[in-house]
Amino acid sequence: MLLDIRNLNVSFGSTAQPFQAVSGLDLAINRGEIVGIVGESGSGKSVTMLALMGLIDAPGRVTADALQFAGQDLLGMKAAQKRQIIGKDIAMIFQDALTSLNPAYTVGYQLMETLRLHTPLRGAALKQRALELLEQVEIPDAKSRLNAYPHQLSGGMSQRVMIAMAIACQPKLLIADEPTTALDVTVQAQIMELLVNLQKQNDMALILITHDLAVVAEVAQRVVVMYAGEVVETSSTELLFNTPRHPYTQALLASIPEHSKGAKRLSTLAGVVPGQYDRPSGCLLSPRCPYATDTCRTQRPPQLPLSGTSVRCFTPLNDSGIPSHE
Amino acid sequence: MSTPSNLTAADQAANAAALSYPSPLKEFWQSFSANRGALIALIFFAALVLAAILAGVLAPHSPTEQYREHLLTPPAWVQGGSLQFLLGTDELGRDILSRLMHGARLSLMIGVVSVVLSMLPGIVLGLLAAFYPTWLGNGIMRAMDIMLALPSLLLAVAVVAVLGPGLVNTMLAIAIVSLPSYVRLARASAMTELNKDYVVASQLAGAGKLRLMFNTVLPNCMAPLIVQGTLGFSSAILDAAALGFLGLGAQPPLPEWGTMLASARDYIDSAWWVVTMPGLTILFTVIALNLLGDGLRDALDPKLKKLA
Repeated sequence: MLLDIRNLNVSFGSTAQPFQAVSGLDLAINRGEIVGIVGESGSGKSVTMLALMGLIDAPGRVTADALQFAGQDLLGMKAAQKRQIIGKDIAMIFQDALTSLNPAYTVGYQLMETLRLHTPLRGAALKQRALELLEQVEIPDAKSRLNAYPHQLSGGMSQRVMIAMAIACQPKLLIADEPTTALDVTVQAQIMELLVNLQKQNDMALILITHDLAVVAEVAQRVVVMYAGEVVETSSTELLFNTPRHPYTQALLASIPEHSKGAKRLSTLAGVVPGQYDRPSGCLLSPRCPYATDTCRTQRPPQLPLSGTSVRCFTPLNDSGIPSHE
Repeated sequence: MSTPSNLTAADQAANAAALSYPSPLKEFWQSFSANRGALIALIFFAALVLAAILAGVLAPHSPTEQYREHLLTPPAWVQGGSLQFLLGTDELGRDILSRLMHGARLSLMIGVVSVVLSMLPGIVLGLLAAFYPTWLGNGIMRAMDIMLALPSLLLAVAVVAVLGPGLVNTMLAIAIVSLPSYVRLARASAMTELNKDYVVASQLAGAGKLRLMFNTVLPNCMAPLIVQGTLGFSSAILDAAALGFLGLGAQPPLPEWGTMLASARDYIDSAWWVVTMPGLTILFTVIALNLLGDGLRDALDPKLKKLA
């Protein structure tokens, strides 16, 4: 197992009245696996990854029973030691490519800076490696792009450079936080194809955070559905898309426009993710769930295994998409 | 047979030409030189710097030599003037042109030194305030608020009163007075930059706090700071002249522009040129520096252009 997160909690605000951004999150990633993390805005996807990287600053608090990467415990590790792993073995790509590159330096300088920190390469070999990386992410005329400043590149091109920087040290795990959200559709497809190719070539694990279910269906082997800081369903992509077990997953799938063909209105899930002050006492989805019972409104459901998947629901849906108790 | 290969060669050449990015300096010069006022200001300023550097060679007379037989000679183009003293002489028979040229050395030095002395600590304090916003940042900013609450000239006078009058203390006083504006500017732009993904990305790549501050964030905050530096240069010259006029700055016989104004105060009625020449020099220099600052701002920070 490459990455093992058990019972991760991230909270913000005062200790008396904390806001749980992530609660009781378990996540395990194997070597060379593509895992999609989906959920609407505010469901704690990005915060989970920032916590993993150790980027939650005070007043945010991070606790976990285990936070292991390739057998090493990230929790008890010193900052300097952590820096050796993060950036080298774990790399991350961000949503907005245009602000992820430092505008004051050339693309080549930024690439070589990362390489200089984590590899013994120097001088001409360093430049050669930077050039190779740009070619690997299919940037045309890579040689002259080394001297380009970020403002001279398009969004898609910037994202390619970001990917080149992320894979510079051949990471074992690449986290892509909505890598295609800020790009237009044709470029999105290219970038996804590039990511999957690189994942295969380098045999790295890829965590794909997105709210684009189509992307997940296409590339991920496993999917983790998050809602309000909790994992509500984990399952293989095929099972998830064919037989969603959690009402939230069902609603997410139903809201894909293609599924509403012929209908007058697109299917939606009313309401929003609960914030700090309107957390329900029972299941976090209960105010929005069409199947909610009295039990749902008063008690928190645990995460339970169910025929190959794992669901956080008292009344998981059966194969025909109806709650099992009915 | 040869045509296709020629074509590809030409294509390659065209591609290479299209992809050779203009150097940042060239881009900067292109947008800067589009501003006519700034260009004229630059020429004036260059001439001033040249005159200051070459004052020893170019100045027709020594700045301190007193021609007793030529007291209060008017400028050359006025009746009674002579070509020997182009801008006339002062109450002690010293050549005003030569004094102004040597005075440019002092004024430029005051400008450079006090801008450097306030900019460097200002940037460091501003970055610290942005990176440690809780107690250190608050402490720094409240201290700056206190300094801003006092009228700047009054504060400068107070500093000089404590340290004693003189050129070095004048520069220190001006540096201390203009510190808050750099701190606030550096902090504000650093805080904007801190929210951008590239800072997180560079943290992920393993950058430490110092590297983040000076290598990652600072270069992106430089544009407004450079502009503020240019404008601060002109206000330093003005403040130095004011302190000199009050008798707290450079002491006679140093040919500092403000000091020259102060000693000529008694001759406003009888010999207008003794006051007018240093006054005009200060005026033109400050205008030129302000125009230069505006030009730099337009070229470096196009976002601000719309606001002006």
